[in-house]
Amino acid sequence: MIHVFEIDDIFCAIDTNSGLVHIIDEIVFDLLKDESFKSNDKVKDISLKYGQDVMDEAISEIKYLIDNKMLYTEETIVENKIKPAVKAMCLNIAHDCNLKCEYCFASQGNFKGERSLMSFEVGKKSFDYLVKSSGKRVNLEVDFFGGEPLMNFETIKKLVDYGRSLEEKNNKRFRFTITTNGVLLDDEKIDYINENMDNVVLSIDGRKSVNDRMRKTVNDKGSYDIIVKNFKKLVDKRGKKDYFARGTYTAYNLDFAEDVKHMRELGFEKISVEPVVTKPEEKYALKDEHVELLKKEYEKLAKMYIESFSDKNKAFQFFHFNIELDGGPCIYKRSIGCGAGTEYVAVTPEGDFYPCHQFVGEKEFIIGNVDDGITNETVLDMFRNVSVNEKPKCKECWAKYYCSGGCHANAYNCNKDFKVPYNVGCELEKKRIECSIMIKAKLQEK
Amino acid sequence: MIHIKTLNKTKLTDNMGVKGCGECQTSCQSACKTSCTVGNQKCENK
Repeated sequence: MIHVFEIDDIFCAIDTNSGLVHIIDEIVFDLLKDESFKSNDKVKDISLKYGQDVMDEAISEIKYLIDNKMLYTEETIVENKIKPAVKAMCLNIAHDCNLKCEYCFASQGNFKGERSLMSFEVGKKSFDYLVKSSGKRVNLEVDFFGGEPLMNFETIKKLVDYGRSLEEKNNKRFRFTITTNGVLLDDEKIDYINENMDNVVLSIDGRKSVNDRMRKTVNDKGSYDIIVKNFKKLVDKRGKKDYFARGTYTAYNLDFAEDVKHMRELGFEKISVEPVVTKPEEKYALKDEHVELLKKEYEKLAKMYIESFSDKNKAFQFFHFNIELDGGPCIYKRSIGCGAGTEYVAVTPEGDFYPCHQFVGEKEFIIGNVDDGITNETVLDMFRNVSVNEKPKCKECWAKYYCSGGCHANAYNCNKDFKVPYNVGCELEKKRIECSIMIKAKLQEK
Repeated sequence: MIHIKTLNKTKLTDNMGVKGCGECQTSCQSACKTSCTVGNQKCENK
């Protein structure tokens, strides 16, 4: 299977099964498009356009790639070598929030339940479970999430200390991330986060008007003026450690490239802006009719991104334009899907386990708890057999080893079926991959 | 090659025998938390 595309005068052919990405010229593009090189009539037309000699040369290069298993590569049957082992946790340390964002899948912080904070005991048991269940895996990931995790800051500090105390004797390495809305950030918390968190995700949607429309305080005021100064201070003091200023775009800001631009102008160098995940009936939901516009927006953002590299002071990183062509994950990882429920669980303040943070509050998805571990095999089975090649649409998709089948929550929200991916998500993911490759090619040219 | 330039040096199918350690980041546990993307992650088994 191959995929050919053109963006901004870059022509490209992706060979899905080998993962090879070929930058091609226009004649090769014409020959590969719709497999024209296999049709005598189409080849004749192409030879008239470019000349017989040039066309023969191009065809011989295509044949070289095919003969050397670099194009139209046969699919390799991948038997899953990665044994399921929970090694990543989303710790919902606070089911409470000091904002009430309209699109919040946590129902403004309480996840459709009582407002509550996780106790140290529940967190401790979660870490013990993580250490045990992860088997021989060394790297463990814990994300302090919410609600707003800083509403339970003292427990976070105790848990980080506890996690560190487990590392040496169990041959583990905890990687901590915190996701915050920034309202409670002060000097003490900023210094703590910068010292102890491997990554920090700073939630902001971009322009003040866009941010404040969705991210409101409990008094219905915008949060922008409170959070921007706090985030700037954190980032100024963070040095080279990872962080992301992370926004959500919705049907209200289809021109989200402007929000990325604004975030860069605020001084953030690592930016991620993501499509909203929600039920299709919400008025801010992204729908099929938005897709073409959104694709153009990604192209616009890609051009802006490339231009930024001509000035060191303007360059930035956009999460979804990062692509690892050689140093990326192996084919096993790319096949198994997102890992919800099998590698990754979300834990509530009460100690319930869910397959991922997106399902928290949907009680039928509880898969276990901190005392008994994972016990609900019925639910877990739904998450076990959803590797990318077990989803009919994904199996035939050129992008399958870049997205690994997409987000289960998206698929479920939209289609009530884990094996049927969310079409808007697929289209946007494919466009982001094309843009990332175009960016790589252009930056190499430079 | 005059008409084609390959960007990667390795194939997904290279060295499959030593791959699959499972140490890499869980797909969603990063900046996004809303979309599964593996193509931009790094292999930890280098």
